[in-house]
Amino acid sequence: MKITLKVWRQKNRTTKGEFKTYQHEHVSPDMSFLEMMDVLNTELIKKGEEPIHFDHDCREGICGMCSMYINGHPHGPLQTTTCQLHMRTFKDGETITVEPWRAQAFPVIKDLVVDRSAFDRIQQAGGYVSVNTGGVPDANEIPISKNIADEAFDSAACIGCGACVAACKNSSAMLFVSAKVSQFALLPQGHAERKERAEKMVAQMDAEGFGNCSNTKACEAECPKAISVSNIARLNREYFSAMVSSYKVTVGGGE
Amino acid sequence: MKWLIDLFTSSLGRKLLMALTGLFLISFLVIHCTINAMIFYNDGGTTFSHWGHFMGTNPVIRTLEVGLVAGFLIHIFQGLLLWKRNHQARPVKYSVSKDPKSTWYSRSMGLLGTLLLLFLIMHTSHFWIPNRTHQFTQGEELPLYNMMFEVFSNPWVVFFYVVGCVSLFWHLLHGFASAFQTLGLNHLKYNGIISFIGTAFSIIVPFLFALMPIAVYLKWIN
Amino acid sequence: MKFESKTPEGPLAEKWTKHKFNLKLVNPANKRKYEVIVVGTGLAGASAAASLAELGYNVKAFCFQDSPRRAHSIAAQGGINAAKNYQNDGDSVYRLFYDTIKGGDYRSREANVYRLAEVSVNIIDQCVAQGVPFAREYGGLLANRSFGGAQVSRTFYARGQTGQQLLLGAYSALNRQIANGKVKMYTRTEMLDVVVTDGKARGIITRDLVTGKIEAHSAHAVLLCTGGYGNVFYLSTNAKGSNVTAAWRAHKKGALFANPCFTQIHPTCIPVSGDHQSKLTLMSESLRNDGRVWVPKTAHKGLKAKEAASIPESDRDYFLERKYPSFGNLVPRDVASRNGKMMCDEGRGVGATGLAVFLDFADAIKRVGRDVISAKYGNLFDMYKQITGDDPYEMPMMIFPAVHYTMGGLWVDYNLMTSVPGLYALGEANYSDHGANRLGASALMQGLADGYFVIPYTIGDYLAHLGWNDKVGTDHPAFKEAIDGVNAKISKLLSIKGKKTVDELHRELGLTLWEHCGMSRNEEGLKAAKKKIQELRADFWQNVNVLGGSNELNMELEKAGRVADFMELGELMVDDALNRKESCGCHFREESQTPEGEALRIDSDYAFSSAWEYKGENQPEELHKEELHFENVKLTQRSYK
Ligand SMILES: Cc1cc2nc3c(=O)[nH]c(=O)nc-3n(C[C@H](O)[C@H](O)[C@H](O)COP(=O)(O)OP(=O)(O)OC[C@H]3O[C@@H](n4cnc5c(N)ncnc54)[C@H](O)[C@@H]3O)c2cc1C
Ligand code: SF4
Ligand code: FES
Repeated sequence: MKITLKVWRQKNRTTKGEFKTYQHEHVSPDMSFLEMMDVLNTELIKKGEEPIHFDHDCREGICGMCSMYINGHPHGPLQTTTCQLHMRTFKDGETITVEPWRAQAFPVIKDLVVDRSAFDRIQQAGGYVSVNTGGVPDANEIPISKNIADEAFDSAACIGCGACVAACKNSSAMLFVSAKVSQFALLPQGHAERKERAEKMVAQMDAEGFGNCSNTKACEAECPKAISVSNIARLNREYFSAMVSSYKVTVGGGE
Repeated sequence: MKWLIDLFTSSLGRKLLMALTGLFLISFLVIHCTINAMIFYNDGGTTFSHWGHFMGTNPVIRTLEVGLVAGFLIHIFQGLLLWKRNHQARPVKYSVSKDPKSTWYSRSMGLLGTLLLLFLIMHTSHFWIPNRTHQFTQGEELPLYNMMFEVFSNPWVVFFYVVGCVSLFWHLLHGFASAFQTLGLNHLKYNGIISFIGTAFSIIVPFLFALMPIAVYLKWIN
Repeated sequence: MKFESKTPEGPLAEKWTKHKFNLKLVNPANKRKYEVIVVGTGLAGASAAASLAELGYNVKAFCFQDSPRRAHSIAAQGGINAAKNYQNDGDSVYRLFYDTIKGGDYRSREANVYRLAEVSVNIIDQCVAQGVPFAREYGGLLANRSFGGAQVSRTFYARGQTGQQLLLGAYSALNRQIANGKVKMYTRTEMLDVVVTDGKARGIITRDLVTGKIEAHSAHAVLLCTGGYGNVFYLSTNAKGSNVTAAWRAHKKGALFANPCFTQIHPTCIPVSGDHQSKLTLMSESLRNDGRVWVPKTAHKGLKAKEAASIPESDRDYFLERKYPSFGNLVPRDVASRNGKMMCDEGRGVGATGLAVFLDFADAIKRVGRDVISAKYGNLFDMYKQITGDDPYEMPMMIFPAVHYTMGGLWVDYNLMTSVPGLYALGEANYSDHGANRLGASALMQGLADGYFVIPYTIGDYLAHLGWNDKVGTDHPAFKEAIDGVNAKISKLLSIKGKKTVDELHRELGLTLWEHCGMSRNEEGLKAAKKKIQELRADFWQNVNVLGGSNELNMELEKAGRVADFMELGELMVDDALNRKESCGCHFREESQTPEGEALRIDSDYAFSSAWEYKGENQPEELHKEELHFENVKLTQRSYK
């Protein structure tokens, strides 16, 4: 296969970027998208040009590191991760445009690499159950109905890739945040801190400069792990009920 | 009270305001539409005027009307603010946006809302503002039924009313279900019925509204 | 060099309890006076960093990914073992211990393995308390499955994403401590050297991968939780970033490297599709519970999966079932891998390259129905289809063995301390518990055992003896010297500007190792490999081309540094394999087989762990042996017939 690639190149956070066009003559339909980029990079190095930087690690669709906006879709046209997208999805001779995730809260570091540490800070604000190592009850002392456990798992399956933010016209992080809040809201282990968790995580999300959800559901449609927007509804419930009933209100996120 | 301010200045709180005012405005639409539909009795405006008079003079309704105006203002103000913030959340736009996986109208609530705002300005300056002004200054209502014939005799006005109703249709088609989602009312058992009622509502109400100027213009009513 | 295992005396089952009692404690009020560096935030690192911070120590944690949540542990699929005996099927701490030591072909320390089995039960409790959504039965209690050929059901799992859920649990505990200010997290930061003065580890040198800034960090102790080095083979199931750099640089600063040649080859991976292949994808071992492995009885060159149905039953060779009637398709990984390779060597392999065997679900689908199979393996089937374009519901999968896990690693004593005082190694980075072969679902167990339940006790003993005043600041000349060394290496890499890319050289190294130090090894091949690797290394330092600068995000530079270390490690792996003239576990020396072609262990000569000492640039390393004493288990030849 032959393809034309239009790729966003940007030296660093502060310099302005631009698209560069590459003709890629050595594409096999069996290649993954990232392998196609590897081959292109090898050619670039041979020509003395700096290779295109992109994030990746597991190449199995689970670490959430890969993050390319391909032809108008985060992770490309299929509902999967960039690393699991294969070239057989594209047509011979096609022009493919590759951009980084675009959001105020995800500044570009270089080429297609963006800074997603905002997600970590949101988790740090309350995405945990406060238990120390040791001194916990036997695992089977907390029975959890299979349905609830399954639903909590569905929420917990989020890989933190940020495609939801990239897909959302408002760059909202609601799907990501709601997935985490949901996991703990569903499981009894999370109940003790349920209210503060919702309050603090939302406050941090707001402080990071993500946009507001307007329920277009683009996130759900593009999420490689099919995280459902019903999580967002749950987050709304959790947050509102926390805000009107919590004992001590400690909101206001920060860096 | 800080918590209340925190709540309503948070992203979710602002959305909550949008949803609550939105649903309130929807309930207003039901009443507005029902009363206006009285013109289809074609009884020379007797029923219509009876109810119009009731709405315009009943103290409870008049008090609620203040809430209604506030509801409109909050809905509009928050809507514009959210639109601005959402715009800022993506300073550099994508260069390609091909066949997105969401409906165009869900992405265009700001645009549809702006069209509705323009319509609203036109509509209130046709009826509500002159009427209330007259009430305040002269102490009596204007003959709304007759005014309607006058206003809708202009084809351009009719056209803009129909455009307004079409915008309302799309706005409601997303807004109705969206409000429930924002309030956290999303449950497999009820999602079907919410979406059914939402769609039915978004079709019926704007259709009836649109029919009014058309019917008057085409003299189906006299 | 003097090194002792510090294995406590006494009966096996009491060793750990007694040892914990004998360890010195740090006064709670004094813990905050100590600083601990944790490199790596996978299961081992995140659990250690969080637990130590909870105790009151000040922790600095490092990872090279953009978030601790993305460590390679995230990719583990199958599950985690624990001797809970929730299924009432005869499991016990002793049985888990026994299975693990036998599975490792008697090349690990009894006391360590017993402790692992002992604390395994606490791990599950801990993870559940954190909100890890393990699979459950309808009654609400935890579900288990039998995994990797175990005779009991002791594996806890979270669909096919157990590693992800466990890591997210540890990550959440870590996040809590970051928010508390007890852990300072450095992401996109790579450790490039350990600083040692007066024989003690005092800190590390790091590179900020975004700005390129080289920094020094000092502490009272350093924990390396940096994962395995399977990527030395270029193609493996490991994440692309997994590397040996941290462990290797520690090795060069005096830490012994143990059993480097023990690499696990996993039997069920998706075969290579072409030269562009960048990594191999594991198909969970659990597939062998229902899938049947076969090749045609006679060679069919280029047989496609679509055409498999055309081979009649009578012409199929279900070779695992034939050779190992009692274990069948569930034989341990090393046995399954080796047999798969043998079939391909005989020319009976399938697929375009002939380097694959079939894993067939047709019988299982007929027996229990498509829905049941889809409920069990749906996501794996989808993933397989996504990658290969073939639908496993309609035709057999094609699988081939791939490098998966490294049992070797930094040598550690019973306290998880390397031979450099104050320098610890946890998780896959150490060599401790799996001997010559790791059983399925036990790496997650080991990583979390090390981090949650071993290091919090053992580190206190070292720190209490050390005292908080015994700390060296980053202004010490040793730090400066280490920084200079790191800078010199980076400048050198950037200055070569040769003709080959890092990947090309890495691929060659990988092929050489796979060929000669992979599933089966012999003296001649290993010697050839040694020579080849030396040449490659020389070629690397003359011919590599690394573009870009050092003061920016430069992924080629990162890769180059890692591959440079792989080149050195590769040679040591070959040395280790050459030295061990027996077959054991994953290490199959063709010279040492039973008449039936099975691995033959030689306990009289090789019941030791090899621990290699670095002797300087281009010097042969010195072998030390830690003799293994088995007081509780009888050494038997593994048999799965
Ligand atoms: C596909 C696959 C499936 C698996 N399935 C299972 C399973 O089902 N059950 C099971 O028990 N085991 C399984 N394993 C094995 C298991 O996942 C790993 O052995 C285990 O997760 C290793 O954990 P770790 O914490 O030691 O290291 P890792 O998770 O590899 O973490 C290494 C950490 O070190 C950091 N690091 C490395 N080098 C540096 C450096 N120089 N500077 C700074 N930071 C550095 C990384 O950023 C990372 O945070 C599987 C492995 C693979 C490949
Ligand atoms: S919700 Fe989906 S798209 Fe968003 S971060 Fe999680 S996995 Fe990615
Ligand atoms: S590289 Fe890990 S999800 Fe794509």
